[in-house]
Amino acid sequence: MVQSIIFILVAAAALGYAFVGFRKVYQNIHLGKKETVSGPTGERWKNMALVAMGQKKMFKRLIPAVLHFMLYVAFVFTQIELIEIFIDGVFGVHRFFAVPLGGFYNFIISTIEVLSVLAFIATVIFLIRRNILFIPRFNKPEMSGWPKLDANLILIFELMLLAFIFTMNGTDEVLQSMDPAHYPDTNLAITGWLGPAIFGGLGQGTLSILERVGWWGHILMVFVFLGYLPASKHLHILLAFPNTWFARLKPAGEMENMPAIMEEVKSMMGLGDPNAPEPDMNAELPEFGANDIFEMSQIDLLGAYTCTECGRCTSVCPANITGKKLSPRKIVMDLRDRSEEVGEKIRSGNAEYAKDDTLPVSADNFDDGKTLWDFISREEVHACTTCNACVEACPVLINPLEMITKLRRHEILTEAAGPQDWLPLFNSIENQQRAWSVGTSRTAWTEE
Amino acid sequence: MTVKTMAEFAAEDKTPEILFWVGCAGSFDDRAQKVTRAFAEILTSAGIDFAVLGDEEACTGDPARRAGNEFLFQMTALQNIEVLNMYKVKKMVTACPHCFNTIKNEYPVLGGNYDIVHHTQLLQELIDSGRIKMTEGGTFKGKRITYHDSCYLGRANGIYEAPRAVLESIDGQLVEMKRSKTNGLCCGAGGAQMWKEDESGEKRINVERVEEALGTGAEVIAVNCPFCLTMMKDGVTGKEKQDSVMVYDLSELIVSQMAK
Repeated sequence: MVQSIIFILVAAAALGYAFVGFRKVYQNIHLGKKETVSGPTGERWKNMALVAMGQKKMFKRLIPAVLHFMLYVAFVFTQIELIEIFIDGVFGVHRFFAVPLGGFYNFIISTIEVLSVLAFIATVIFLIRRNILFIPRFNKPEMSGWPKLDANLILIFELMLLAFIFTMNGTDEVLQSMDPAHYPDTNLAITGWLGPAIFGGLGQGTLSILERVGWWGHILMVFVFLGYLPASKHLHILLAFPNTWFARLKPAGEMENMPAIMEEVKSMMGLGDPNAPEPDMNAELPEFGANDIFEMSQIDLLGAYTCTECGRCTSVCPANITGKKLSPRKIVMDLRDRSEEVGEKIRSGNAEYAKDDTLPVSADNFDDGKTLWDFISREEVHACTTCNACVEACPVLINPLEMITKLRRHEILTEAAGPQDWLPLFNSIENQQRAWSVGTSRTAWTEE
Repeated sequence: MTVKTMAEFAAEDKTPEILFWVGCAGSFDDRAQKVTRAFAEILTSAGIDFAVLGDEEACTGDPARRAGNEFLFQMTALQNIEVLNMYKVKKMVTACPHCFNTIKNEYPVLGGNYDIVHHTQLLQELIDSGRIKMTEGGTFKGKRITYHDSCYLGRANGIYEAPRAVLESIDGQLVEMKRSKTNGLCCGAGGAQMWKEDESGEKRINVERVEEALGTGAEVIAVNCPFCLTMMKDGVTGKEKQDSVMVYDLSELIVSQMAK
């Protein structure tokens, strides 16, 4: 009874805390611009099924793919056991499904146990890969500090979660012969022999305390995990699904059109719609491209929150490989960091961040004197070859290139800045309709 | 070489089978002009009635758009579309994957809808249909050839097999680099990098790529893009291998070995 009340209170507090965190993420993603979702919906479901659920793109690198798949399957299956833990917790019962399901219960929990062992092995290997083997993509500059700690914390949580569940099941196996009325008979694949091997010989009192430690430890870790997710790169376990669904279906080589500019150029060339209203000459000049998250699309920001910082994008980026400052992963991480910062500042209600301080601070009335350029340097954006390698590499269909080209558009169109080297190119196209100011006729090649 | 322009066809009230979009590199770059000539020779030899736009052609706008200059892109793109639509162009071919990508994927929303293929696709078609025939035992027979996927033909448009099929026809020995097809490494020129100095780093991207190509032991590096051609050539020269390793566009390999 007491345990049930404590459980309900703890669960309510934990779920409430997690809800607040997830809501912030939701709000932050919605700071971005709405983007029209086009293309066949069936294609979107297919992407989600293959890429998120089926982890198709992970399998470009076999070893991490197999290890990750072990963790993933174990995680998904463990949710079944979590249902029972919740029922047991709320109603103060013990292994609610064991008796009614009988042999099938054994089968399910045994499957989870086997998967959990695989997950345990995978997690240990992941820790070794991150901390002992020097895998370059885990050791880039943007990974120092919090990102590295975040990655390790998640893996340690995972190990604790598994240790608790094995303690719970292991002691249960031993207790079954001591108090069959309370501990229904099971014969689990791993703890059926591992339990007695470790816990055999302990007294019933100690064992029942250990069993509770395992049970509570496991569920508390689940709550910690849930509350931690919104602040962590590990959010990908949830957001990979919407992110693959929302991923743009256009050809990789197509840059998003800018209709406002197209219409203006058309009217300049006398190709515009003759019935179109006269442009308002006094209107405030629109901003083109993006120098902050408000001008990035919600799909870009969803991508930033989906990123688990695996670094596959950076490891294939030609600029990064050759020692340039650009790292696509860093661009994505910067978008998330900036979204977090802006979101917090808006929620603080502090008038200091209002553009117009007679009005309350909001997404439309915000100016903290910073932009994405405080996070991302020009040099990074200028180094991109738009080769699409990062886009191709991302296992959850994040598009760093889209973010980079939006920054470039802002720099050139809104700030009239950018690399000096490009001025001759622009002048040449504008004045001579060609990319180089050389040569005479376009048919000179025929004259040899 | 006599090549007719669209204007000349129009004056005779005729329409060519296909419009050859030459592109700025193919028109003005010395090295790329050779590729243009080679491809035009193949078209002629295959009996294809083709035209060029000549001085009515303008830059597609690819480098301007990728640099971020959308105004300039729209200006040049809309101008091209005006000309192409005026001539009622339907079928096009180009030897530049950047022009190809822009016309194929970015012109439709601006009002330019054309059936455009990259020259490697047309070459494959011509070889498969027997419109061009290869001679036995040509210059490249048995030679180690590595093929460099350009980003804009490869990842951007998913064309990996046509250029490889074309290479097979010259009986060379195709050796793949580790980073090929979807994992291909950029030559370093895309995204308007061709027109600017590299940002500071440890090495140039084309050097990284050429090192990989040389690592295959290939005597020929085959490319499908005028920018890759420049970058790979510069890289090979930088490594002082220009006497033993040649960089060619696929059409140059075909033209040297086809029955004329």
